[in-house]
Amino acid sequence: MAKQHVSTTVNGEPVEFLCAPEQTLLDVLRDELHLTGSKEGCATGDCGACSVTLDGRLVCSCLVLGAEVGGRKIETIEGMAKGDELHPLQKKFIEHAALQCGICTPGVLIAAKSLLERNPDPSETEVRYWLAGNLCRCTGYDKIVRAVMDAAADMRSA
Amino acid sequence: MNDMTTTSLQQSEFKIVGTRPARPDGVDKVTGRAKFGADLYLANMLVGKVLRSPHAHARIKSIDTAKALALPGVKAVITAADFGDLPSEFIPAGEMMVNFKDMTRNVMAREKALYEGHAVAAVAATSEAIANKALKLIRVDYEVLPHVMDVVQAMEADAPLLHEDMYTINVEPRPAKPSNIAKRVEFALGDIAAGFAKADIVVEREFTTQPVHQGYIEPHACVASVSEDGQAELWCTTQGQFIVRSFCAKLLGMEVSKLRVTASEIGGGFGGKTVVYVEPLALALSRKACQPVKMVMSRVEVFQASGPTSGAKVWVKMGATRDGKITAAEAVLKYQAGAFQGSPIQPGCMCAFAPYDLENVKVVGFDIVTNRPKVAAYRAPGGPISEYGVESVVDELAQKLKLDPIELRLKNAAKEGTKAAYGPKFGPIGLVQTLEAARAHPHYKVPLKANQGRGVASGFWFNIGGETCAALNLGEDGSVTLVAGTPDIGGSRASLAMMAAEELGIALEHVRPVIGDTSALGFNFLTGGSRVTFSSGMAVIEAARDMIGQLRERAAKIWEIDLKDVTWQGGYARAVRDPAKKPLSLADLANTMGKTGGPIVGNAAINAQGAGPSLATHIVDVEVDPETGKTTVLRYTAIQDAGRAIHPSYVEGQMQGGAAQGIGWALNEEYIYDAKGHLANPGFLDYRIPVCSDLPMIDTVIVEVPNPRHPYGVRGVGETPIVPPMAAVSNAVSNATGIRFTELPLSPPRVLKAIEAKGASA
Ligand code: FES
Ligand code: FES
Repeated sequence: MAKQHVSTTVNGEPVEFLCAPEQTLLDVLRDELHLTGSKEGCATGDCGACSVTLDGRLVCSCLVLGAEVGGRKIETIEGMAKGDELHPLQKKFIEHAALQCGICTPGVLIAAKSLLERNPDPSETEVRYWLAGNLCRCTGYDKIVRAVMDAAADMRSA
Repeated sequence: MNDMTTTSLQQSEFKIVGTRPARPDGVDKVTGRAKFGADLYLANMLVGKVLRSPHAHARIKSIDTAKALALPGVKAVITAADFGDLPSEFIPAGEMMVNFKDMTRNVMAREKALYEGHAVAAVAATSEAIANKALKLIRVDYEVLPHVMDVVQAMEADAPLLHEDMYTINVEPRPAKPSNIAKRVEFALGDIAAGFAKADIVVEREFTTQPVHQGYIEPHACVASVSEDGQAELWCTTQGQFIVRSFCAKLLGMEVSKLRVTASEIGGGFGGKTVVYVEPLALALSRKACQPVKMVMSRVEVFQASGPTSGAKVWVKMGATRDGKITAAEAVLKYQAGAFQGSPIQPGCMCAFAPYDLENVKVVGFDIVTNRPKVAAYRAPGGPISEYGVESVVDELAQKLKLDPIELRLKNAAKEGTKAAYGPKFGPIGLVQTLEAARAHPHYKVPLKANQGRGVASGFWFNIGGETCAALNLGEDGSVTLVAGTPDIGGSRASLAMMAAEELGIALEHVRPVIGDTSALGFNFLTGGSRVTFSSGMAVIEAARDMIGQLRERAAKIWEIDLKDVTWQGGYARAVRDPAKKPLSLADLANTMGKTGGPIVGNAAINAQGAGPSLATHIVDVEVDPETGKTTVLRYTAIQDAGRAIHPSYVEGQMQGGAAQGIGWALNEEYIYDAKGHLANPGFLDYRIPVCSDLPMIDTVIVEVPNPRHPYGVRGVGETPIVPPMAAVSNAVSNATGIRFTELPLSPPRVLKAIEAKGASA
């Protein structure tokens, strides 16, 4: 089947690409746009390593087709820092050692940012359930949860 | 051989060691910049895909690849015929052994496919869609054979045979017939019968564990590029670029120096990335196509064809006197190796009773092949399985003797001078300290409610050293590039840079650590065996001392004084006899190095010896829902001897991550095969690793009993944390329910069944 031409917005920038009908948004981000910060851990919606936001909504980009994103707004990990200023979550992840290998980190950060946009003062339980779709095999989640709570506290007082 | 026993700095003198600076690769990893295995894209790059056996056991009668090769866009097709056969020869690779005859068959099936998912052919094409289409055009004529999945069934005389030429080794006389039992091992100390005769109480149990996968979130991935003249580049996610080079060069019949391997950032390994799968296939495809080839495993492929660790039968018998002295301990361990021999049975046997000071011990182990993927190392390979059985029996002994389980362990704990059943006498080790810290921890006193239980278990792991190189290159402005050869899997660039800065006496920000490719340094053994902070740390310290020697020489030359009158202290060369001479900083000496003798490079090439075992004690509280059998972990505390925690946050991270993996192993994780030998749960939905909402915070206590064989006292810490959790959780569930559990995982259906059976019999 012929490739489709798609115009969309990624991290605030207009972007155009050609994609095959079976290519997912994750495939497009990685293979066509070479935005490799979004990771593929499963391709079935079970690990969250591919998390991005689509019109502000948290999605697994492996479950979205590239052809569906025309005219929409996509935010990926590459757009999280503004200039040389890291997002508070990014700073806190480094400070709290909330990553070991770092493969889950982009997805976890995107998911956590999306949580704090909805709920600036989450409880530990709320953080844990919100992040339940983001697998991390290295950290046992302890330092991730602490980093998210600490970033939330900082952002509330900012 | 290298043996650095001198401790140059005392704890009170450390300025950087023991602090918690930002890791040097942190920004790259929180911004998505860090490049992992699948993140490399080259011009003209092809996509490689593997055709895998749909059968658990089948003879391969023929493979016809002509149609696939004829498909437009297909650039190369390979089968086992593209790899030369290799003789059977066992080579030690850290904690495991490798055999190239088996390795070449595991990466590409030859005579037989031995498990579902076993690679039988591979293609490289201009797109993934074409590659997938080409796989469908390959015709494999299989003769399906009966298969065997279970370790006990595989040992039976009439079991389907995986390898017609496998005769059990280490048994006298040599067996007349081949079998699925690759070898028998035995470790003994004292007189086991006499020991049991002295016991007032004996507990004997048989335990079952299931294979579990390392579960790294990043699938195996690589890009290979072989040029027309046979020079090759390989980019891959691995725990050891040098090991990948050795393995691939051997499998492809290449000269080692023709192959340069670059380790990408690695998205978790836990032992599972110490072997090769797609890497030799990508090289073979690229060699045929003369184009770069990228291969990335799908999650299904990861589950079907990589990892896991052994499932096992573990029989344990222990006897003790009324006052809690263990008089004898015996175990029989049957570990399944998967399709090729080489389960971690040896370390499993050696670890079994290692935490205890025992006079009479006997451990017998068997390595057994089954129609499952070949096991790979998984964090303390072999240890968690045998120690789960032993720590469960120790708990039951304590219960029967009405002794506190920590008290019983303290009465029998191994310490400095204890002779282990597997041979050595221990140097200073920290089990007693972890037990005392556990007993004193507030967690141990929290009152429990109905349906709640507390479990305790200890754990032991050897840790290793081995071949290691490091270089410190002095920049002309006084900054330093640190080159290490061990992939950084969880923050080791931070700890290595900290040790370099500490030894040189300079600020941490002036040291930039990088992981070199195989052309940058001499041979390095892999990241595994909890050896990186120990061995690469030792190499970095030695390289720093080498550099300091050169810096002193340069200062002596500038000052025209004797070398012995120049010291290096706090980042400056100082003239000891002439305090009027202004001390020279690293930057001063770097600025002038062109005139004082040329570039300054600190080098180390060592075989690190003296790795210190690390011991741990974990406490866990659980609540078991009597209606559903579901176990919730309420509280968890991990206490471990780190020797010296260079960067405590990453030591804690190892302890927390290992505990979480162990909780998954204890409660949920298992491979489920159907009657045909097909894996029923090859995905994260059904192979359920712990998610964030499954766990509580994991409290940690770092105990420091310095390892005298490391200049800063470091022990490995990465593996021990996965040893105690299975027994700790199982003991907690047993205490919560009043039912002694002997099978993992403690999934809700299994626990509920036992609760109902108990209710029915009550
Ligand atoms: S890759 Fe999308 S959820 Fe795992
Ligand atoms: S840090 Fe490795 S998976 Fe989360």
